[in-house]
Amino acid sequence: MTNSTLTQATARDWLRRQSRWSLPEIIFWPLLLLPFVLFPTYLPLANQIAIAALFALSVDLILGYAGIITLGHAMFFGLGAYCAALLGKNGWGEPLTGLLIAGAFAGFIGFVASFIIVRVQHLALLMITLGLGFLTLELANSLGWLTGGADGLRVPRTWPIFNYFRFDLWGYTAYGYSLAVLFVCFLLSRRLVNSSFGLALRGVRENSTRMPAIGSAYKSHQQIIYTISAAMAGLAGALLAQTTSTVALEVLSFNRSADVVVMLILGGTGRLYGAIIGAIIFLVARDQLAGINPQYWYFWIGLLLMVVVLFMPKGILGFISRLAGKRD
Amino acid sequence: MAGNKPIVLQTEALTKNFGALQVTRSVSLNLPHGCRHALIGPNGAGKTTLINLITGQLKPDSGRILLGGEDITNAPVAARVRKGLTRTFQINTLFPDLTPLESVTLAVCERENVAGQFWRGLSSQQAAIDEAFDILEKLRLADVATRNTRTLAYGRQRLLEIALALATKPKVLLLDEPAAGVPKDESSMLFDVISSLPEDMSILFIEHDMDIVFRFASRIVVLVAGGVLVEDTPDGVRTDERVREVYLGQAHNG
Amino acid sequence: MSSLIIVLFDGFAFGMLLFVLSVGLSVTLGLMNFINLAHGAFGMLGGYVAVTVMRQLGFPFLLALPAAFLAAAIVSVLFERLLFRRLYGAAELNQVLFTIGVVFVASSVATYLFGTVQQVLILPDWLRGSVELFGMRFGVYRIFLIAVALVVTAVLVFGLERTRLGAQIRAAVDNQRAAKGLGLDVEKIFGITFALGSGLAGLGGALAVEIVGLDPSFGFHFLVYVLIVVSVGGLGSITGSFVGAALLGIGDVAGKYFWPEIGSFLIYLLLVAILFVRPLGLFGKR
Repeated sequence: MTNSTLTQATARDWLRRQSRWSLPEIIFWPLLLLPFVLFPTYLPLANQIAIAALFALSVDLILGYAGIITLGHAMFFGLGAYCAALLGKNGWGEPLTGLLIAGAFAGFIGFVASFIIVRVQHLALLMITLGLGFLTLELANSLGWLTGGADGLRVPRTWPIFNYFRFDLWGYTAYGYSLAVLFVCFLLSRRLVNSSFGLALRGVRENSTRMPAIGSAYKSHQQIIYTISAAMAGLAGALLAQTTSTVALEVLSFNRSADVVVMLILGGTGRLYGAIIGAIIFLVARDQLAGINPQYWYFWIGLLLMVVVLFMPKGILGFISRLAGKRD
Repeated sequence: MAGNKPIVLQTEALTKNFGALQVTRSVSLNLPHGCRHALIGPNGAGKTTLINLITGQLKPDSGRILLGGEDITNAPVAARVRKGLTRTFQINTLFPDLTPLESVTLAVCERENVAGQFWRGLSSQQAAIDEAFDILEKLRLADVATRNTRTLAYGRQRLLEIALALATKPKVLLLDEPAAGVPKDESSMLFDVISSLPEDMSILFIEHDMDIVFRFASRIVVLVAGGVLVEDTPDGVRTDERVREVYLGQAHNG
Repeated sequence: MSSLIIVLFDGFAFGMLLFVLSVGLSVTLGLMNFINLAHGAFGMLGGYVAVTVMRQLGFPFLLALPAAFLAAAIVSVLFERLLFRRLYGAAELNQVLFTIGVVFVASSVATYLFGTVQQVLILPDWLRGSVELFGMRFGVYRIFLIAVALVVTAVLVFGLERTRLGAQIRAAVDNQRAAKGLGLDVEKIFGITFALGSGLAGLGGALAVEIVGLDPSFGFHFLVYVLIVVSVGGLGSITGSFVGAALLGIGDVAGKYFWPEIGSFLIYLLLVAILFVRPLGLFGKR
């Protein structure tokens, strides 16, 4: 009954095609350079978007690919931000090393936290991520001598990148820098999700009871991706500290943890681009609506969340790809 | 007791209670190398519980499990699979949004310890992909290898259950009602596939259809109320008075 | 010594408030596995209803409490029938996001109707002030809170143990499939439970105004407390909610009184530690 046209070679080829760059992808990235020429006055916003997109990308890795829910990922964003800020404040303003140190620090804390995270599921997981988030916030709040407490930290201007690109007032360097970091992290994430490891993560997400039955000690997979994700969130936070020269407790707040999940859900989980699209829509909408009526911003977000969950459970990108009739 | 073949899997007085209910009563089994054993018994006899105990989804209250002489009573599920003890599930336990090719490749990668390599593209894991495709071909799943699992016909999903287990290269394979829910004509096709599995693999399967049991099993274990009532050859079981009374004598058991 | 007793007393009273606010969520979560983060929003609704009926319609305080209960119960049934039930089988993240969306919308609606100012509720004279016992002064309203919570507990325990509906709810929490098999209308049972639980949240919201105030962030602010009570206590366990709420209330008040610098930090540390050791909560079974 198997008059199959598939052979080993075509099967291999099919798998390779799954990870090939598509045309929309190739068009997408150059478009992100447009703000430099079209909206130079909006470069600070574009910088915020690139940072939020990187943060959302880090959450997509655990939430979209490994099925680990989180309501406290701002913890790592904030740790990265404070780490970079403290480096700058204490006389080390070199951006790239500062960025890497901040990422490594957040990743290390993420690795430690991952031992707790993989132990629990469902409501307990939600509460542990929430609890760790609040715990970090309260810790930063009470360590006023280090973090500046509620006043936050002002950081001296970051040194020029490669000793050449100065951080300017208009945000040219800031956006270029953040976009470059976002792109590099995206490439790494893309490679990761298209590896056998990425396949294993999808396996965990799809059915975590089957994983041990095929011989997978999948908790170590979850720990690895949680660590990577924490490091990436730390990079995003460090970018914020370096490009805006300020850090406040807000970087650790629950709102930031919730917003990033909203962005991701809006864009669509488990497809990397959802994180970026979601960040763009969320922050542009907030920027526009804030001018009209800032008090009711959360009304629209709330309504949007309800509509997305009920009618577009796979986010805007999932909705589009369903309209286009593609496999997703 | 099972001829001269070496024993691969052994349980010693395995016992499990759920509260006051004893679901497994001192079960001692021996699976010899290359065996084709059937595990039968009325509904609620504790067949699936026994498989859960052997593969580690449940922990026994007392008793031991030996695989190739090694005590694995306290080993986690994944570790048992890596030592060669694999099961399939009565209710499909698959990866709905992965294709069969991806699912089986994943199982092969896990076995070969390359699933953690996040820096290497999946398509460069050629050996694993080729092996996965071979398994799918053997189980007559090659034509749907690149379709999403959730879109496959139910009978195909049952085959994929087995394919996933085979990818772990089991020495002992426990099949929990492989043909559950499959129409009769398809189920004998399924058992044709099972009987074509390598001869050195030891297989224990749960099955309700007596025709199939008598056709494919070389020995039959009859489980009643959590305990082994009889273990014998098909002919022995067929003529056993006790079995007739408690099991075959009942109205047909679905 | 006497300050310790006062702190314990205030903490326990606060805990009892948390108990009334959260016990409904614990039962509905245990019953339907539906993570309803909008539970605190029903509490907020109860608070605003109580304030409004007292101010606009001249209801006495003791009548405003049942009004808050009823309003929250009725509105919650509408939400449950029209929206939430579509999500019972959905992934928990979807439940979380949808109900957070409800909280956002509720908070904005409250801002639109009442502004962001703190609402005040004028208590009757007999609930104000304090009484002196053994040389210590205890707030009358806090004594009242504890009494209400104990009455609620008694009613709940009696209701669950002794009534037909209670037996049905217990059966459905223990094993939904078996309950369905026995011919119980689990959906109807859940609808009723959901209404009662949300009504209690509404009652809790009304009671809370005097202690913690009321503004549009109430639903969100209390959500965290409510979730801690539920997850630490264990789903579907009234005893668990009671103990969890008492612990959290005392811990919160004592922590902020004795170690104001790190009080909230300790609460979250305790939360993480308890869930790490017992992911199902102190009294959780599943």
